[in-house]
Amino acid sequence: MENLIALLVAAPLLGAAVLLCGGRRLDAVGHWIGTVLAAASFVIGAVLFADMLGKDAEAREIGQHLFSWIPVEGFQADIAFQLDQLSMTFVLLITGVGTLIHLYSIGYMEHDERRRRFFGYLNLFLAAMLLLVLADNYLLLYVGWEGVGLASYLLIGFWQHKPSAATAAKKAFLVNRVGDMGLSIAIMLMFTTFGTFAFGPVLESAGETSEGKLTAIALMLLLAACGKSAQVPLQSWLGDAMEGPTPVSALIHAATMVTAGVYLIVRSADIFNLAPDAQLVTTVVGAVTLLFGAIVGCAKDDIKKALAGSTMSQIGYMVLAAGLGPIGYVFAIMHLVTHGFFKAGLFLGAGSVMHGMNDEVDMRKYGGLRKYMPVTFVTFGLGYLAIIGFPGLSGFFSKDKIIEAAFAKGGTEGWILGGVALLGAAITAYYMTRVMLMTFFGEERWRNRATASPDQPDVEPAAEHQGAHAEPHPHESPRSMTIPMIVLAFGSVFAGAFFGVGDRFMHWLEPVTGHEHGHPPVSALTVTLSTVVVLVLGAGLAYLHYGRRPVPVVAPRGSLLTRAARRDLLQDDFNHVVLVRGGEHLTRSLVYVDHTLVDGVVNGTAASVGGLSGRLRKLQNGYARSYAVSMFGGAAVLIAATLLMRAV
Amino acid sequence: MSFPLLTATAVLPALGAIATAAVPAARRTAAKWLALLVSLGTLALAVTVLLRFDPDGDRYQLTESHAWIADFGVRYELGVDGIAVALIALTALLIPFIILAGWHDADPLETGHKRWRPTQGFFALILAVEAMVIISFEATDVFLFYIFFEAMLIPMYFLIGGFGDRTHEHGEETAATQRSYAAVKFLLYNLAGGLIMLAAVIGLYVVAGNFSLTEIAEARADGSLDMATNTERWLFLGFFFAFAVKAPLWPLHTWLPNAMGEATAPVAVLITAVVDKVGTFAMLRFCLGLFPEASKWATPAILVLALISILYGALLAVGQRDIKRLVAYASISHFGFIILGIFAMTSQGQSGATLYMVNHGISTAALMLVAGFLISRRGSRLIADYGGVQKVAPVLAGTFLIGGLATLSLPGLAPFVSEFLVLVGTFARYPAVGIIATFGIVLAALYVLVLYQRTMTGPVKPEVAKMPDLRVRELVVVTPLIALLLLLGVYPKPVTDIVNPAVQHTMSDVQKKDPQPEVEAAK
Repeated sequence: MENLIALLVAAPLLGAAVLLCGGRRLDAVGHWIGTVLAAASFVIGAVLFADMLGKDAEAREIGQHLFSWIPVEGFQADIAFQLDQLSMTFVLLITGVGTLIHLYSIGYMEHDERRRRFFGYLNLFLAAMLLLVLADNYLLLYVGWEGVGLASYLLIGFWQHKPSAATAAKKAFLVNRVGDMGLSIAIMLMFTTFGTFAFGPVLESAGETSEGKLTAIALMLLLAACGKSAQVPLQSWLGDAMEGPTPVSALIHAATMVTAGVYLIVRSADIFNLAPDAQLVTTVVGAVTLLFGAIVGCAKDDIKKALAGSTMSQIGYMVLAAGLGPIGYVFAIMHLVTHGFFKAGLFLGAGSVMHGMNDEVDMRKYGGLRKYMPVTFVTFGLGYLAIIGFPGLSGFFSKDKIIEAAFAKGGTEGWILGGVALLGAAITAYYMTRVMLMTFFGEERWRNRATASPDQPDVEPAAEHQGAHAEPHPHESPRSMTIPMIVLAFGSVFAGAFFGVGDRFMHWLEPVTGHEHGHPPVSALTVTLSTVVVLVLGAGLAYLHYGRRPVPVVAPRGSLLTRAARRDLLQDDFNHVVLVRGGEHLTRSLVYVDHTLVDGVVNGTAASVGGLSGRLRKLQNGYARSYAVSMFGGAAVLIAATLLMRAV
Repeated sequence: MSFPLLTATAVLPALGAIATAAVPAARRTAAKWLALLVSLGTLALAVTVLLRFDPDGDRYQLTESHAWIADFGVRYELGVDGIAVALIALTALLIPFIILAGWHDADPLETGHKRWRPTQGFFALILAVEAMVIISFEATDVFLFYIFFEAMLIPMYFLIGGFGDRTHEHGEETAATQRSYAAVKFLLYNLAGGLIMLAAVIGLYVVAGNFSLTEIAEARADGSLDMATNTERWLFLGFFFAFAVKAPLWPLHTWLPNAMGEATAPVAVLITAVVDKVGTFAMLRFCLGLFPEASKWATPAILVLALISILYGALLAVGQRDIKRLVAYASISHFGFIILGIFAMTSQGQSGATLYMVNHGISTAALMLVAGFLISRRGSRLIADYGGVQKVAPVLAGTFLIGGLATLSLPGLAPFVSEFLVLVGTFARYPAVGIIATFGIVLAALYVLVLYQRTMTGPVKPEVAKMPDLRVRELVVVTPLIALLLLLGVYPKPVTDIVNPAVQHTMSDVQKKDPQPEVEAAK
């Protein structure tokens, strides 16, 4: 069985290699090759899962050692895999959702001339993501970590003839590189502290070093997680990443890659458990991000950007839960999985809407679409109910547990974190209801609109569909797109109950992450009831704003907060002024300094010693002579000196 | 007497250079093929060296030793350790690609140009450089090393000054002026370094009485050769200065962007991937081997200069408007990493630095040669003259991206392995230095991705709309380099196995032990 682990990664990697090197010959079948290999990986994962279920809970971890990767004195890095319940959960999520999204993309990308390459990139992503969760050491994890970053870069910038897409891709990679610095430093710290960076030895001997060291390692890991999972302060890339084709947003920027940070923290549980300060910072990052993302989500009119804000916010919940320690790890992962279902479903739904609406993304130009896209409406609606935590659906079980655990943190911190989580739930209900109402209900605001949206003049017809200029004719998407949406809707509805009832998920994951039962200061029932109350309040308020009143086609000016939220709470403006402008000034002045000062001083110094600059000025004549003179002069000095020495 | 394999490896390209130069002017193509065949023959010899070398055997192997200038104790002494073997292999590997990439760089200009372009000379000079670089890696006699270290400046000078890009934004005359400026600057900088080294070479002879690396190092180790602290430091500085010019280290770097900018892309690769490696190689072999105490004394200052190189080079690369100068500044940043790894004096740092020399050679060759193909199509080095190339020449853009990703040390590609080893090796002894150097990885992403975005993405510029994709000859150059980057990224063991024992010798030269981890973790 162990030997199958490498195949999990190898199948999509092979697909990527074949599709990216295969050339035009494969254009006709490329998408099927990609989809079949993704499905193959899922089947292998299922086989391994069945095998794992047959074993005792404590004996489920298996490993595969391929070969020694970087053998250097005192330093050992291996290409080796580790498959335990935590990795398994991810494997099934990645390959399962991944296969569905491959299937969806066949229809969605049908008119794109570079569809084969798109599937190559998707396969590359799957391989890298599987490597990330299967690696048995931090350095190999790093390879997967950057591999998904590369795939994300390539896919965000897939329509790279659009400058906005190319810029967004670059931005995502750069912001992630800042996080990667954290991962690098964390690995270096592990190496100097433990002499290794393999999961097993590091996590087992975590207790033997000082809390200070562990805190430093944990904070560096957190920095890495912030980059990959779009947490404050490294969240700015996720909204722009929506430039990528929608299946990419669903798979990479909602269901899987952006949750890698949560995986990293939970995987490093033994380090975080012994570093309470770092845990506190983690919870704060999670809490701040869950509000930040939710507020941004309320203000965006672009359906994908609203969902991106929501993703940020939901991952904030997961990071918050992971920061709570053993009372939260299981729920962080459980929410991660249920979120994978409903958020991927919501994005595919959004893609389906765009597909039927000439790629329009502005929700102010939607409205009343439920009649025209019944399947999309129902599946999207179920995802909506799941994410706001409607009782009985997936999000209800997973999010409720996180809110409960936040209160159970205890003390003032517990009240604050719990309160924030509860507030976040209210805002979630608000912005998701807003999305739902603006898209599927109300007036048909897309009628009688002869012009293309002025803010998107560069949409090329080749990109997704022809004729962005005519009035849209909303229609249901083809079967290859609706089937994945239906499957994901099933997950959105039932996964939570399946995991939550009888604490099934907790028992599954506990041997890896450990679990302690948290004791909130109020009863669990009170927390649950409060969650439902804030849900009703949030959704009700959104109904008052967007259901009872007509939605203007042009966005009103809005309050100060709304305007700030539309601009991602001004974080981008800050980045632009401080980092981009500042950086430009820095590099420009350095170029000047290098040209005049450094060059000048070095030349000048040399000139004062040997008349170098004089020769530089008279470079046209006599260079060969001066060179020859120097060479022979040097040799003469050498010979003279040697003779002198022998004479002495 | 056994076959003098090391001599043969250097002599073959030298003879090839003479033969290529002697091909009649009309038989231009024959000269190209001859040069290519010679370079392939040299590669075969280098592979033989690689196979004959036993990593666990003596420190210096395949040694040859003959009296040369007996009166002055100069000997013709050759020998290779694992570091030298790896770099000889790199050199011999890159030269065929450089020749193939520069296949048409020295063709006569078609119409109306007075200037004669000596095709034969171009390829002969490349082979001459190869011969001299290889013998520099092999020489274990300081004087012998010095001669070729200096002599390679002459063919390099003519390669830089004589063969620029075929078109230039400011016209042929300006181009010629800028080329000769770059060539003279290259020559004078390196000459200045060489002359100071010459003084140190003489000084070393005065103190030690011979030029043999092995003898001097042995005498120093067993205490029979006592060097006054100050003497050792001055001699060290003399050697180091020359190597720091060649490597190049901030602030002695300004000749490199000129030289790489004005030279054709294959010659730029020859400079940065091959010739400059002699500088970093010599730091390991001569500075650390002959002057261990002085090396340790100078370490703090050198680490600071290396850090400045890393960050300064990267920032300057971000600010460049010229593709080739951008790659040059990126190389300055990378040389900073190599020097950092050498002077961190840990096993990981030095193995990483050696591996870095190899990987940087391959990755820069990949990036720069594709850049050269790009430039030859449009006739401009300016980044702003490109845009949307990805749409018209996807293979060119794809290979350019992979070269760029290697340059930014993407995990999975070879340079990541070496860069991480250097970082971790530095961090183990100097945590603050290691952390500051880590900022280099963010800046590297910046200059690579900005370059890619501006040239390859966005709307297609009219001037590039008809640009053909990579041709067969160009693919033959690029594909093996990319395959190597992937292979050595996943399986660098063949190189590290050769390099590790040599690094352990260097570590014992400087009498340094690796810092031990705080906790001995359960294995």
